[in-house]
Amino acid sequence: MTSLTAARAGRRSAERRADPSQGRPGVLWALPGLLFFGIFAIVPMVGVLYLSFTDWDGLNVPSLIGLDNWTEFFSDSTVLSSTVVTFVLLIGNLVAQTIAAVLLGAWSAGPQRNRAILSSIFFIPLVLSIAAAAVMWRQLLDPNFGVPSKLEWLFGDGNLLGTQTGAIACLIAVGSWQYIPFHALLYQGAARAIPRSLYEAAEIDGAGRYRQFRAITLPQLRNTMVTSMTFMIVGGLTAFEIVLVLTNGGPGSDTTILPFLMYREAFQSYNMGYASTIAVLLLVLSTAVSLVLVRLTGYDRMKSTLEGV
Amino acid sequence: MNRSRWTRTLFASGAALAVAVSATGCGGGSTEASSPTGDASFWTLQDPTNTVQQAGIDAFNETGDGTVTLDAVPSDGYLDKLRVSMGSGQAPDMFFSWGGGPMREYAEADRIVDIASLPGAENLADQFLPSVLQAGSSDDGTVFGIPCRGTQPVFLFYNKQVFADAGVEPPTTMSDLQDLVGTFQDRGITPIALAGESSSSWTELMWLSYLTDRIGGPEVFQRIESGEEDAWRDPAVLQAAETIQDLVDSGAFGTNFGSVGYGAGGSSTLVSSGQAAMQLMGSWEYAVQQEASADFAANGLGYVPFPAVEGGAGDPDNIVGNPTNYVSVTSGAPSQTAADYLETLTSDEYVQGLVDLGEVPVTANAEEALASAPNPDYARFQFDLVANAPTFTQSWDQALGFEIATPMLAALQELFNGQQTPEQFVDTVAAI
Repeated sequence: MTSLTAARAGRRSAERRADPSQGRPGVLWALPGLLFFGIFAIVPMVGVLYLSFTDWDGLNVPSLIGLDNWTEFFSDSTVLSSTVVTFVLLIGNLVAQTIAAVLLGAWSAGPQRNRAILSSIFFIPLVLSIAAAAVMWRQLLDPNFGVPSKLEWLFGDGNLLGTQTGAIACLIAVGSWQYIPFHALLYQGAARAIPRSLYEAAEIDGAGRYRQFRAITLPQLRNTMVTSMTFMIVGGLTAFEIVLVLTNGGPGSDTTILPFLMYREAFQSYNMGYASTIAVLLLVLSTAVSLVLVRLTGYDRMKSTLEGV
Repeated sequence: MNRSRWTRTLFASGAALAVAVSATGCGGGSTEASSPTGDASFWTLQDPTNTVQQAGIDAFNETGDGTVTLDAVPSDGYLDKLRVSMGSGQAPDMFFSWGGGPMREYAEADRIVDIASLPGAENLADQFLPSVLQAGSSDDGTVFGIPCRGTQPVFLFYNKQVFADAGVEPPTTMSDLQDLVGTFQDRGITPIALAGESSSSWTELMWLSYLTDRIGGPEVFQRIESGEEDAWRDPAVLQAAETIQDLVDSGAFGTNFGSVGYGAGGSSTLVSSGQAAMQLMGSWEYAVQQEASADFAANGLGYVPFPAVEGGAGDPDNIVGNPTNYVSVTSGAPSQTAADYLETLTSDEYVQGLVDLGEVPVTANAEEALASAPNPDYARFQFDLVANAPTFTQSWDQALGFEIATPMLAALQELFNGQQTPEQFVDTVAAI
């Protein structure tokens, strides 16, 4: 018995010290990927970090100004209000989209034919360009000729984009309309991968459909949820086209989120240095939030949801 | 088309990477002087005028020294593209611009040349109406841009039928206007259509510009533009802001203007459908209405100068708007070819071509050509407005550049939306 275990252990360690000529690829294999990542991710990041210590108008040579951008940054009330708006939008989108996407994804994963047809209709917004969709929505939201004018009981005088709450609600609604299908697609795939045997066993135990959803589907979708939420958070911290087209950061600067502020500083005010400072913050912020999310949910431990099946 | 700022910004979303990449590479990039004649590239804004420009260039290329190549850039991202090209040493030899602050920045960085320094172009600027040259010049009057399009003053448009039904005349003074607000409200009509949605906030700026000019004269903005200290604290700015607040509070713009966008389907349709009586807008409004309904543009759309303010220091003949668009020549361009080409912008053929498209050119010889315009009365009205104007103040956002204009427009929007009092507005813009 003892010798058997020892022999097994010995074989295992021998396997681990496998012959380098077979199996695992060498460093060379990683080169194209590293090169690509280096040129298009690392180099710009370092460049942005450098620029955040300069004053640059995009026309003349960047001049180093030390920490001036950073001191301005931490005393800038616009940055603070933009950060707040960014997170309000982020959380609003996260809640609205996750709930809808999980339900829609789980529902469309069913084998019924009508579900297949309906879900392909639901997924149409996914293939539309967000800029074009936002332009269309702006027309639809016109208070005098758009949807609000026909639903006065709901929208009053239709001054949706003219108030902060209205504008934020519109951004969440349009953003959800655009992105729910994408996340629903993730959930649909994950829900289809759940082994049928789990449901069959639950059925034998007498669990109803609601109980099955809560006890089987939701836990099984945990890893997908982390993926989808990470997409939402990183996307929410960097996406700005919908703000640009739909509200242009207004009314006033009420929906100016950080990426939009960065864009405005860079391409309207030509404060490339200051815009880079904001870019660095966004980089740090989205990396940190994703890391925290991965840690909190145990995604990094790569624990299987199918253990014992 | 004239002011679609949001679209041009779409380009930049893709350029975010380019910032970082170009940052690591190059900063300055000076263009080397080249021979006086040669091939010159010319970036212009893509719009119907391109056919006239191309025809002029074709004629020039057959006879002139060197050739000009026209590159029509879509308005989406035009200014950004230009900026990046100027910063990276890839600049065109000639380019179209709106003049004002951004153009002056290029002049200060020596990227573009004094037009009078080009061979044979010493007196070229004299062939244009004086009031439109200012926005194409630096503070000391050096001309850096030659007008290449029609003029686009801002004035008051109104729906003739709505006025006739109410039995009233278009306003000539601010108190007329305030009376009309009551008249139209009683009839259930929004007195003034205003596109107050964020990306259209430049339409709100027209009110501030005109009121400041009428109350305090053009000197108030000239001081602001030259960056004089406390120029924003001029009492005229505060009084203009108070007048705006009064108009908003009296319901002159209705209640939901904050969500209305400019153009067909937005504020312009409010006027053409008779739901609103008036709109303060640039001369391009006629083309916007014509596209939606040629009949309304020709017969239903009225236009008058902006009303006078009683007791105001400004001349009621002064106007505000886009004086015109300009062609500038970059420092590396073949100077003789560029000068020869600029000369053709005053030719009868070019002027006639612009007139045929409904534009109102700003050359001294344009007056006769206007008789053959698609709508001679409208063309004549604009030409007279510009020719008789003691000053033509350029749209503030374009004159100041976006660094100042963006926070200013945000504050102005908050003034219109009632989030800021006139005093707060002045404090905010004075602090920019």
